[in-house]
Amino acid sequence: MYRYDEFDHKIVTERVEQFRGQVARRLSGELSEDEFKPLRLMNGLYLQLHAYMLRVAVPYGTLSSRQLRQLAHIAREYDKGYAHFTTRQNVQYNWPRLADVPDILKDLADVEMHALQTSGNCIRNITTDPYAGVSADELEDPRPWAEILRQWSSLHPEFSFLPRKFKIAINGAKEDRAAILFHDIGIGMARGGNGEIGFRVYVGGGQGRTPMVAECIREFLPKTDLLAYMEAILRVYNRFGRRDNLYKSRIKILVHQIGAEAMAKQVEDEFAAIQKQGDTLNVPPSEVDRILAYFAPKNYESLGDFAPETEEARLADENFARWLDVNTAAHKIPGYRIANISTKPVGGIPGDMSADDMDAVADLADKFSFSELRVTHKQNLTFADVRGKDLHALWKALDERGLASANISLITDQIACPGLDYCNLANTRSIPIAQEISKRFEDAELQRRIGRLHINISGCINACGHHHVGHIGILGVDKKGVEYYQVGLGGSSDNNGSIGKIVGPAFARDEIVDAIGTIVDTYLKQRVNGEEFLDTYRRIGLQPFKETLYDTTQH
Amino acid sequence: MILRNINNRFEFGEDAFERIEDDAPVPATGAVLVSAARWLGEHDILAKRKEPVGVWIEGDGDLEGLGEKCAQLELIVLRFPVFKDGRAYSQARLLRERYGFKGELRATGNILRDQLAFMERCGFNAFELDERIGLSQFNEALAEISVYYQPTGDGRMPVYQLRTTQASPGQARAAA
Repeated sequence: MYRYDEFDHKIVTERVEQFRGQVARRLSGELSEDEFKPLRLMNGLYLQLHAYMLRVAVPYGTLSSRQLRQLAHIAREYDKGYAHFTTRQNVQYNWPRLADVPDILKDLADVEMHALQTSGNCIRNITTDPYAGVSADELEDPRPWAEILRQWSSLHPEFSFLPRKFKIAINGAKEDRAAILFHDIGIGMARGGNGEIGFRVYVGGGQGRTPMVAECIREFLPKTDLLAYMEAILRVYNRFGRRDNLYKSRIKILVHQIGAEAMAKQVEDEFAAIQKQGDTLNVPPSEVDRILAYFAPKNYESLGDFAPETEEARLADENFARWLDVNTAAHKIPGYRIANISTKPVGGIPGDMSADDMDAVADLADKFSFSELRVTHKQNLTFADVRGKDLHALWKALDERGLASANISLITDQIACPGLDYCNLANTRSIPIAQEISKRFEDAELQRRIGRLHINISGCINACGHHHVGHIGILGVDKKGVEYYQVGLGGSSDNNGSIGKIVGPAFARDEIVDAIGTIVDTYLKQRVNGEEFLDTYRRIGLQPFKETLYDTTQH
Repeated sequence: MILRNINNRFEFGEDAFERIEDDAPVPATGAVLVSAARWLGEHDILAKRKEPVGVWIEGDGDLEGLGEKCAQLELIVLRFPVFKDGRAYSQARLLRERYGFKGELRATGNILRDQLAFMERCGFNAFELDERIGLSQFNEALAEISVYYQPTGDGRMPVYQLRTTQASPGQARAAA
């Protein structure tokens, strides 16, 4: 993974000191809360319902075991002993004291981490495929480019006060595991006419109040042009994006208003003009090579695909067999597997992990996966490089700590926003709904029979729980002070991105979990040939679900 | 008072330009500051003026029509109506880097101390500040970050260029 050099260290260290000064001015009263707000937001510090919340950037979701231990230390020292992994592959602390924040940032800087631009109307953490660099279906590893984008977007003098926040995702594989169609800019590695590898560029995707699927504005962009093209998009947006209405300020609204074609033309014109000014935005080849070297393939052993010890354990232990089947994925190198650690045990809080568990996971990463791990946008953790023959030992160690939930991409692998338990924007709670759903579908065999099914839950229209792209999406709404839950079906954030359709009137708090049960039963009755939920839904549409839902619950 | 960059040092000085509202006549003598719309509308007359002309652009205005002619101006004032309206950062870079504006580029409006360094990197060389920001606070704000990941028209090398020239972090500013 990328390591800071003296330049990166200097920038982050100076930024920490800058923020220390800002906090000192706030604590002394020199700055009012109103004046301090934009400054703390640039450093990932929110004021939530009960306390400050600090969001730490995990660039493109990649962590070393050393960094994870430091995150555990921060959770223990300055918070309540746990941390929360987010859908943008970041980490949040829900209870830091303002006066401690500069020290937390210092601790982060010690392990080459920061909280830069994890909030505010600026370019946020660049996200990517958690399987980047190791999946068999990859054209090229996107992480070096994610790192180049991280550096370029950090403290960008022109783009730190955009109309609204700005999210960029990059994916290098055939399968889109980074939801690039639902970002302000989505970048997919692509092959050009002459076989050269570069990028396909999408703009204007997003969720929130006005969910939209991004539009392709450039079929092929050579690698050298990446930063100039990004500046062109951002400059068009910064100049012409709406600023009069908070809810109409994202780039998707601009793209929607002028049309993808006009957007493409404006960007291309700006891009051509930037190119004419010179080539200072072309990252020198030696620098690209320097960064690429950090992501070179690991020192893999030559192993056969078949590991007898793993096969033996698989036959002997059905829990291990299930975990192997559900939580691990193919690796491009024979004899290796990708192993996922679910943060979603039955009845747990999706994305939360205790400091002790984080330490344990760090130790396991040292032992089994080259001391590295990734945070996924489904809020789980990934060990990218596990020897097939070590899988049973890894599983046993995880299982002892209750970290071996075999539910990746299954119905209990839900995304849920913090909801009214933490967030001052939320209308309803999300976490208790996720907990009850996971208890309802606790039976591991039932889950596996249901198959791949993403339930995403947001406690308000801002859609932090990604309900629009859940196969089943749940949106909390407030009706005269009472919590209700609206259900959408058929959303998806993969290659065929789609936005869920609302199935009918919202359900009361005590009806929602039963309603999910009814939806699942309906699917199981209607499915043919082992279809996944999304296939069945796309074949039969909303109607059969409407019929069963609103008959049984008497709406 | 206006804080200006004079030979790479910032100094407070008087504002020599008289601001003329759109409905007032432009005086025959003295440096004047007029709106961009007026300057473009009365360009034939104003361009003949012997004494300096400056133009102000409101926060929600754009550079439309102005860029190509900006060399005729001594001063351009870009206004930040609220600190979070960042359009003027792009306008400033375009004026400097695309249209080659060499005169005084002044920031006014709702300017926070912690935005000054960004503004300066985008090409502003003059600032109309509220009384809470003195020279020492200003210089301190500009010095807080000394290494940059991005190139702008200020000529300071981004780290990806410094790395290839084997420089040290201390040389980022010196390269300007």
